Amino acid sequence: MPADVGELKDLSEEDRTRLALAGLNVEMEERSGSFFQVDQEIRHVHSGTEGIEVLPIAEALLKYDWLKDYSWKAVDKDKDRFTQFVAKQETQQGFVIIARKGAKAIYPLQACLYLADAKVQYVHNIVIAEEGAELHLISGCVSGAQTKSGAHIGVTEIYVGKNARVTSTMIHNWSASISVYPRSASIIEEGGVFLSNYVCMQPVRHIDMNPTATLRGKDAVARFSSVVVGLPGSTLDLGSRALLQAPGSSAELVSRMITRGGTIISRGEIRGEVPGTKGHIECKGLILKDGMIHAIPEIAGLVVDTELSHEAAVGRIARDEIEYLMSRGLDEETATATIIRGFLDVKIRGLPELLQRQIDAAIDSAEAGF
Amino acid sequence: MLEITDLHVSIEEREVLHDINLTIGDGETHVMMGPNGSGKTTLLRTIMGFAGNEVTAGTIVFNGEDVTRMPLHERAKRGMGMLYQRPPTIAGLKLGKLLDVTAKDRADRIPALAEELNMDRFLDRDVNAGFSGGEIKRSEVLQLLVQDPSFVMLDEPESGVDLENISLIGNATARLLEKDQHIVHRTKSGLIITHTGYILDYIDADYGHVLCDGVFKCHGNPREILKSIKTHGYQECIECQRM
Ligand SMILES: Nc1ncnc2c1ncn2[C@@H]1O[C@H](COP(=O)(O)OP(=O)(O)OP(=O)(O)O)[C@@H](O)[C@H]1O
Ligand SMILES: [Mg+2]
Repeated sequence: MPADVGELKDLSEEDRTRLALAGLNVEMEERSGSFFQVDQEIRHVHSGTEGIEVLPIAEALLKYDWLKDYSWKAVDKDKDRFTQFVAKQETQQGFVIIARKGAKAIYPLQACLYLADAKVQYVHNIVIAEEGAELHLISGCVSGAQTKSGAHIGVTEIYVGKNARVTSTMIHNWSASISVYPRSASIIEEGGVFLSNYVCMQPVRHIDMNPTATLRGKDAVARFSSVVVGLPGSTLDLGSRALLQAPGSSAELVSRMITRGGTIISRGEIRGEVPGTKGHIECKGLILKDGMIHAIPEIAGLVVDTELSHEAAVGRIARDEIEYLMSRGLDEETATATIIRGFLDVKIRGLPELLQRQIDAAIDSAEAGF
Repeated sequence: MLEITDLHVSIEEREVLHDINLTIGDGETHVMMGPNGSGKTTLLRTIMGFAGNEVTAGTIVFNGEDVTRMPLHERAKRGMGMLYQRPPTIAGLKLGKLLDVTAKDRADRIPALAEELNMDRFLDRDVNAGFSGGEIKRSEVLQLLVQDPSFVMLDEPESGVDLENISLIGNATARLLEKDQHIVHRTKSGLIITHTGYILDYIDADYGHVLCDGVFKCHGNPREILKSIKTHGYQECIECQRM
């Protein structure tokens, strides 16, 4: 990547296309702010919404002393060797987003983490939505078209305040030689809503993540959705966890996976720790050609009056569904692709239309490959 | 339009249809009756070309072309269409999207047709997911109207449909079969399975057939056959050998 790339729009045509596939808008249309980091270098930081601040973490930690109460509080420094690696770095890199009380961003904020030449890119991000704030984050993690190998380690701590609403949509567009270790966790206070969406339709060598949502306040809600494709040579170990720690809190973990030769491990865990809680895990996989899908849904009820359930299904496309469409004149290939597209179509309740469109587009981009 | 000769069909190694002969001319509508499990659906699915219905002998000729071994979608492209007795549910696939893909360049007709069949509210729903019995039939008829086949096979179009919707479906079916056209100009043909015969109030059928245990037992005037079944049941057909 040339050194003079200062803004997203200065990137090469090819890389801009890769960014667009990850849901990032280089012209900054319909975006309320952005953060752009190339390897370990922050290139661009901007917020166009009143009451919402976006800043590099190193600067934020100097500017706001109180931020230390949020740093490494949702994610444990010693969680594993990846968090330890990020924590021991002298200068932290990454972004901090603070949405002040009642601040509402209509358009999403975009964060672009671009892996160019570095062997390892590591980031530590903190997102804070104060009481009643509303924040939509779209992060695209992308490696350059020329990037041959590398690893990305991202620690993200998300704090959803009382009656606040945070959606986090992550679209990955790595290449076949890159390993990715997101380590994120969220804490949701009373009446807060946290939606986390993950899409990965492109090859990646290895991705390993299992974000945890701790629902600490009454009536807090967490919903995780993921749509992934496992391509040959890819290993995706993906999960999400929800700890229901306050009455009325609820969680939903939904995943759709297809494999065409990749290995997918889909974990899901909900723990009902107090009465009056609810949780559901839905995980569906299709094995199109080779590959493996291992679904591990776990539910643990620790008290009376917690309602937890899960459904998991792994299989192939039903022959009678393909034939149904064929009898309407579609050839077998088109019929199959139409059914798969439907299978991957997860409509996320409460997600702004713009972001849903972004997710749909990312899925469509891979459609031809089925 | 369709000519079936000495057809034998097996499902999972068991012969379900034996020595079936049937000829349907251009513009003709035929109805097929017969007890449960006699093989009516199997015959329709075999004509359409579903895997699992193995033709062990005989031929199916469609518009002069032998289609006996032709894949399903090729037959659909040549003008066959079928209304399912029990269609599958396709999770995630919206009815509107399905209609779009099947309609190809004639998608502009979809909204009006959907409204006509009272299905406009269903375009955003997953195909058949949670549809009531009558809604399934309306969805099926809508799909066929969009597909616009020249040979229309209907598997119990009126079963499970309330009286009000029967006229809706009956009239739509009449349109599918170009019943408004004079027989001389009519090109569309049909083969309709019915137990009740209600559908006959909307479409004039030309011929009736009774299938018992995988064998055609009777051919004749559809209304007369229906009347006889209503009074005497199928036992008479089984004993009778009027061919
Ligand atoms: N997939 C299948 N596997 C095994 N047997 C089958 C299958 N499909 C049909 N059959 C059998 O073939 C026979 C004919 O079934 P078919 O569905 O054609 O009957 P039908 O005349 O349409 O009955 P109905 O009036 O109840 O709809 C039945 O005995 C049925 O059980
Ligand atoms: Mg039947």
